[in-house]
Amino acid sequence: MERQRKAVALISGGLDSLLAAKVMLDQGIHVEGINFFTGFCVEGHTHAIRKKDKDKQKRNNALWSAEQLGIKLHIVDIIEEYKDIVINPKHGYGKNLNPCLDCKIFMVKKAYEWIQEHDFDFIITGEVIGQRPMSQRKEILPVVANESGAEDLLLRPLCAKNLPETKVEREGWVDREKLHDFSGRNRKPQMALAKAMNFEDYATPAGGCCFLTDKSYSKKLGDLWEHRGEKKYELDDIMLLKVGRHIRPNERFKMIVSREEGENHFLQGYRKQFDSLQILNFGGPMTLVDGITSDEDCEVAAKIVARYSQGKHEKSVTVEYRRKDGEVFEINVAPFKGDEIPEIWHV
Amino acid sequence: MIELDARKLFCPMPVIKMQDEVAKHPVGTLIRICSSDPGALNDIPAWARIHGHKLIESETVEREYFVTVEVCEDK
Ligand code: SF4
Repeated sequence: MERQRKAVALISGGLDSLLAAKVMLDQGIHVEGINFFTGFCVEGHTHAIRKKDKDKQKRNNALWSAEQLGIKLHIVDIIEEYKDIVINPKHGYGKNLNPCLDCKIFMVKKAYEWIQEHDFDFIITGEVIGQRPMSQRKEILPVVANESGAEDLLLRPLCAKNLPETKVEREGWVDREKLHDFSGRNRKPQMALAKAMNFEDYATPAGGCCFLTDKSYSKKLGDLWEHRGEKKYELDDIMLLKVGRHIRPNERFKMIVSREEGENHFLQGYRKQFDSLQILNFGGPMTLVDGITSDEDCEVAAKIVARYSQGKHEKSVTVEYRRKDGEVFEINVAPFKGDEIPEIWHV
Repeated sequence: MIELDARKLFCPMPVIKMQDEVAKHPVGTLIRICSSDPGALNDIPAWARIHGHKLIESETVEREYFVTVEVCEDK
């Protein structure tokens, strides 16, 4: 008897990867999931940080998908290796700083290495032709298979019928007739299939799978690179870009001003790595300073923080400025009026 | 009991820490993780269920979240 074939499914937590894995399970394939953590993933983080989001569902959608499917899920930390993809994408960026094509190639390549190490037969993804402008065009899908090295061990069950046959189908490991021919941006076929498979309550992340597709996030990352004079980042940098108001009064420094209690608490954890400001005589936001500040800069920073405090209409507010080396001093300032913080300062 | 510190890490990093530690130990080992992300209270038990490991305890102490898992035979 032919042995049961084994596939690893790239599970993002979205509907498409859930359906693709289920299509394979229904054909008797042994499926396990793999999920890559890049550091830019949308889910979880902002909910975990922001108090106002605390009531929202905090489930990890990739784990939820795996549990619905009854499959194992291997979560792989690729933060370090992924930096090169974000910093030097061979195929360039999408609309924002999202290197989608290089990212797909990289993830399929990692999955290909994984199936070789674990003696699995092939890889599946939930990609659908034409669904995403950059990385899922018909002429682009073979690029992912070729450059990742996976070649025809990469199967896309949701649109396989629109693509040339892969080894997986040729060898009869799966029945091509039972695969799908979805294409384009219309989500109705996927929703109908989800209904037929009894999946409800699946994730529909509005912003896609990661922060790099987000315009305002990409702008902040671009600003960070520009002012550091090099395209580099650490995990803390990209986490901090998800939090607070980012205000850059001049070339020397940027401020991260908390917007609510959860962010206050989160930013407090960084007081040994950054200079920080806090209002002493009114309620106000925890604020970090990234850069090197002169005395004059400290005063500008204090006026900005005062503007976002409960003392914003007062004549004078006392601000504690704490340098990361431990030096602490107080500054009394008149809070800026709204129009004294030019729009251009907001990153 | 093995203690893991995942404070200041956000999900799925605590799950990855637990996953990697479980892989190193024999059946019956107890592993307790401390996280500052409340998501760990959902994600680590979900991960344990998927892989057939046993959730022993999960508790919240002020703003820290503790989850204890017993390593079982991987299904
Ligand atoms: S949206 Fe982000 S995670 Fe998804 S393919 Fe593009 S770069 Fe990769």
